[in-house]
Amino acid sequence: MAVEAAQLESYLEDFTDFVKETANETPQWLRDLRDAAFARFCEVGFPTVRDEDWRFTNLSTLRRTPFRLARSNAPRFSVSDLAAWHMKGAAARLVFVDGRFAAQVSACDGVPQGVTVNGLHNEIERRASTIAEHLGRYLNTERDPFCALNTAFAEDGAYVHIDRGVVVEQPIHLLFISTSGTTPAVTYPRNLIVVEDEGQASIVEDYVSFGAETPAFSNAVTELVARGSATVAHIMIEREHMQSYNFSTLRIEQARSANVASHSLLLGGALVRNNVHPVLAGEGGECLINGLFIGSRHQHLDNYMLVEHVRPHCASRQFYNGVLDEQAHGVFHGRIIVHKDAQKTDAKQTNRNLLLADDAQIDTKPQLEIYADDVKCTHGATIGQIEENALFYLRSRGISEAEARRLLLEAFTGECLDRIKEEPVRDYVHAVVEQRLLTLAIAAPVALKSVREERESSWEEVE
Amino acid sequence: MSLLEIRNLHVQVGGHEILKGIDLTIDAGEVHSIMGPNGSGKSTLAQVLSRRESYEVTEGEILFDGKDLLAMKPEEAACEGVFMAFQYPVEIPGIGNAYFLRSALNAIRKYRGLDELDAVDFIPLFRERLKLLEMDEKLMNRSVNEGFSGGEKKRNEILQMAVLEPKLAILDETDSGLDIDALRIVAHGVNALRAPSRAMIVVTHYQRLLDYIVPDFVHVLVDGRIVRSGGPELALELESKGYGWIEDEARQVASASA
Ligand SMILES: Nc1ncnc2c1ncn2[C@@H]1O[C@H](COP(=O)(O)OP(=O)(O)OP(=O)(O)O)[C@@H](O)[C@H]1O
Ligand SMILES: [Mg+2]
Repeated sequence: MAVEAAQLESYLEDFTDFVKETANETPQWLRDLRDAAFARFCEVGFPTVRDEDWRFTNLSTLRRTPFRLARSNAPRFSVSDLAAWHMKGAAARLVFVDGRFAAQVSACDGVPQGVTVNGLHNEIERRASTIAEHLGRYLNTERDPFCALNTAFAEDGAYVHIDRGVVVEQPIHLLFISTSGTTPAVTYPRNLIVVEDEGQASIVEDYVSFGAETPAFSNAVTELVARGSATVAHIMIEREHMQSYNFSTLRIEQARSANVASHSLLLGGALVRNNVHPVLAGEGGECLINGLFIGSRHQHLDNYMLVEHVRPHCASRQFYNGVLDEQAHGVFHGRIIVHKDAQKTDAKQTNRNLLLADDAQIDTKPQLEIYADDVKCTHGATIGQIEENALFYLRSRGISEAEARRLLLEAFTGECLDRIKEEPVRDYVHAVVEQRLLTLAIAAPVALKSVREERESSWEEVE
Repeated sequence: MSLLEIRNLHVQVGGHEILKGIDLTIDAGEVHSIMGPNGSGKSTLAQVLSRRESYEVTEGEILFDGKDLLAMKPEEAACEGVFMAFQYPVEIPGIGNAYFLRSALNAIRKYRGLDELDAVDFIPLFRERLKLLEMDEKLMNRSVNEGFSGGEKKRNEILQMAVLEPKLAILDETDSGLDIDALRIVAHGVNALRAPSRAMIVVTHYQRLLDYIVPDFVHVLVDGRIVRSGGPELALELESKGYGWIEDEARQVASASA
């Protein structure tokens, strides 16, 4: 408890400094928002496994690590440094280095008329009324202390605004680079995406690391507002290094007949929590919540969904596939709340998992709370291994074991990638996932052999 | 040197002895048929030849082209030229048929020190073999065997064999579940692949297939042993008399030697 108090202390020191430093440039409404959020965080602290929403995720290492706000002395990048993360065919690229918008390596000019993309900090004065109208309005800082903490330090991130009826065909790429200093650092990216009536856009949040593997903590929040009949795709890619903590919340507010697809890919990081929280607040809305998580070593990848059906005739679809190797631990916690007025709700949830090693673990938990009487809700989860019959079939045709595994894993992960309709994004993500799978397919035969042996010996014990 | 020499092969599955001392020699160019009642071990023999690891060989040896087959992994056996057409072909969602087949062919070519084929080089060969099996190219854009009818699956096995051109092909009940038209097509495909350098083992319950693919030798497997071998006429005899008499004989031999 004493340790914990000391750690909260470091957040308090950060906050005090932060308030002082930003005093002159911050409008009153934002100061109030931050203060209230920080007060809330101090009140509750970090959650424990006794909290139902955090049952499968132990935060003690996060609590113990003295993360300090990454403020300055971030390395300067040139465009060529970023080649490895280049997305072909993007309409715009916004680069954030330790949470701060890096205009000199960003490319915001190619967007069509009626589209604004910029660092949030740059727009706070210019678009005060729009930003004040939306920022912090949807996020529930009471429910989640990480959302409160992010709001307390909300300063920069991406601002994306699509005017009524404007269609952006090409994706908008938001690249978040965590650089590693000598001590553990925390950043608080805060993104606001507003797509007005009948607008269309796809936005990729891409979290990467640069430099040595010192612990780094990204605590990100995105508020996404899809107005009437807007069509939005949001893609989250977490592929930071194996000492990273990445906590993120995507809060989606959907108006009448809006169609939103959220795709989450958790591939990197030591301890990762991805919250996707759509609220279907207008009739006829549709939401796809698609996800893929691939873990190895001691990675802990926690997927938490809260899907709220508020109005009638909305549909939500959750599809998550998990691949876990070595000692990795995955969590799928899919909560669906159908509120009283949300008649004719159609909600579906599917979670499929492949465990590649005996020590790999998955906790999968559906949670349906239904307060309307005329609804259709289904859920299902499977946990299995790579199908031995399929593996043998491929090998019996001359394909090596490692390659056969890779093909089967690619087929399994491909199910999720195929749900991404935007081609440049799908190609980009496909390459990223393929890279990730290569590391698994090579490791797997050893792991599986030990599984088989252990199983056999335990059979003998039974007999 | 024979292409395949099986000597005193004993195989266990899940702790039960299924094959109890098989001896079989096959030369290049020959077609051997293996017949026998349900559960006698025919598929077990086929799976061991294609090196399925869950089948434990407790005694005996297998030489393929002079090499120790039992030391090979499934993919090595395949690359050396062993091919089994599965009794129950596996459906693999998410992997395209054509892509799979080209990957397999390239794995084998690479093993043999040949250049890999890109899609452009592969397609003409592939189309020609599709024609041989009278298969619709559209099927090939689908996932491996996914949603195929029983007959389409069996034809797909023979298509794979036609593309991969093995030295030894083992057809495990490729005829069962086929109507007469499909059977003719499959048999035609198989016969087209008969060659002096290639041997085949045709596992079947029925003479029907052997009317089309006439074997050089017929072996009868009962309870893990080859109890009788002969020419094509043995299959006809089995067709008219069933297995009963041969099983009785086998039992008498077994009790006499016990
Ligand atoms: N994986 C397995 N585990 C346990 N027993 C098995 C397994 N595979 C086969 N067997 C048993 O081995 C015996 C031989 O089976 P096999 O499939 O080789 O027979 P078969 O001659 O091919 O029969 P069929 O004509 O029905 O195809 C049977 O008794 C079967 O139950
Ligand atoms: Mg069989």
